[in-house]
Amino acid sequence: MRKFAAAVLCLLFGAALAWALLESPPPVQHLPDKVLAALPQSGVEHPVTAVLLNFRSYDTLLEIAVLVVAVVVGMALKHADYDPWQSHGLNNALLSRLLQWLVPLMLMVAAYLLWVGSYRPGGAFQGGAVLAATGVMLRLVGVSLPGSLWVLRIGLVLGFAVFLAVAASVMLGGRPFLTYPEALAGNLILLIEVTLTLSIGLILLSLFAAAPAPVPRQQRASDSAPAGER
Amino acid sequence: MTWWLEIPLLLALWGTAAAALGSQNLFRAVVMFIAFGLLVALAWVRLEAPDLALAEAAIGAGLTGVLLLDAVGHLRQRRGG
Repeated sequence: MRKFAAAVLCLLFGAALAWALLESPPPVQHLPDKVLAALPQSGVEHPVTAVLLNFRSYDTLLEIAVLVVAVVVGMALKHADYDPWQSHGLNNALLSRLLQWLVPLMLMVAAYLLWVGSYRPGGAFQGGAVLAATGVMLRLVGVSLPGSLWVLRIGLVLGFAVFLAVAASVMLGGRPFLTYPEALAGNLILLIEVTLTLSIGLILLSLFAAAPAPVPRQQRASDSAPAGER
Repeated sequence: MTWWLEIPLLLALWGTAAAALGSQNLFRAVVMFIAFGLLVALAWVRLEAPDLALAEAAIGAGLTGVLLLDAVGHLRQRRGG
């Protein structure tokens, strides 16, 4: 009965939203034209990337800050004796063989998505998500990533740190916060995007790998021998 | 315009959403959620937002689905063990 009432309420709210959308007044200024007019000054050739990383880069800076805070909170909630990089993978031959083909392809797709964001749909978030997916699949077969905890910490914070450093260092030339110099805009955006991709991949992977409650020890022994080594 | 693509997509969106919310089996609900995420990515493509479609397929369907499956596994352990 309660589910039915909740469903009716949600449908009514959805209908109200649809009516509001249909009845909204036409926009006063046509933003896509303005974005396309300012596109040559932004350093990239794709309007979405230009808006995300140049015109409204403040929003992206805050987004990556929220992601860093989320992963810090997530990792703080794990049990004290849980080693985040030791994984007890599935003993699945098909998955291992498949990943021997898939992992190089996925890494290439991640790099391509990062690069093509300047010209076509793509960008740092999409490349970082594919990178995280690669890390998740590697964890599923028991491959733990090399590097110590400090390398992980630096990688998690690197994207936000570089973004903030670029945003603040442009003020040395007397420009306002986050206003890139026009000649360097494309290269600065690429630098920010590379570090953002690495950080987002590590953040999403850590939310999966380092955050959940651990498997109880007596159940861990029933899997194959842990293949992860530091 | 291309109603033969959009009407089935809309029906499938409603169907998977209802199945994800209404199923008693948690594992089946998560699988329906992942399918819903992929269909929403298709809807974003139809709405001419390919960046959103890429992000939705990777993060919304992929990573959130994996996290939810993890949660279902731990819930099952708590309940059974």
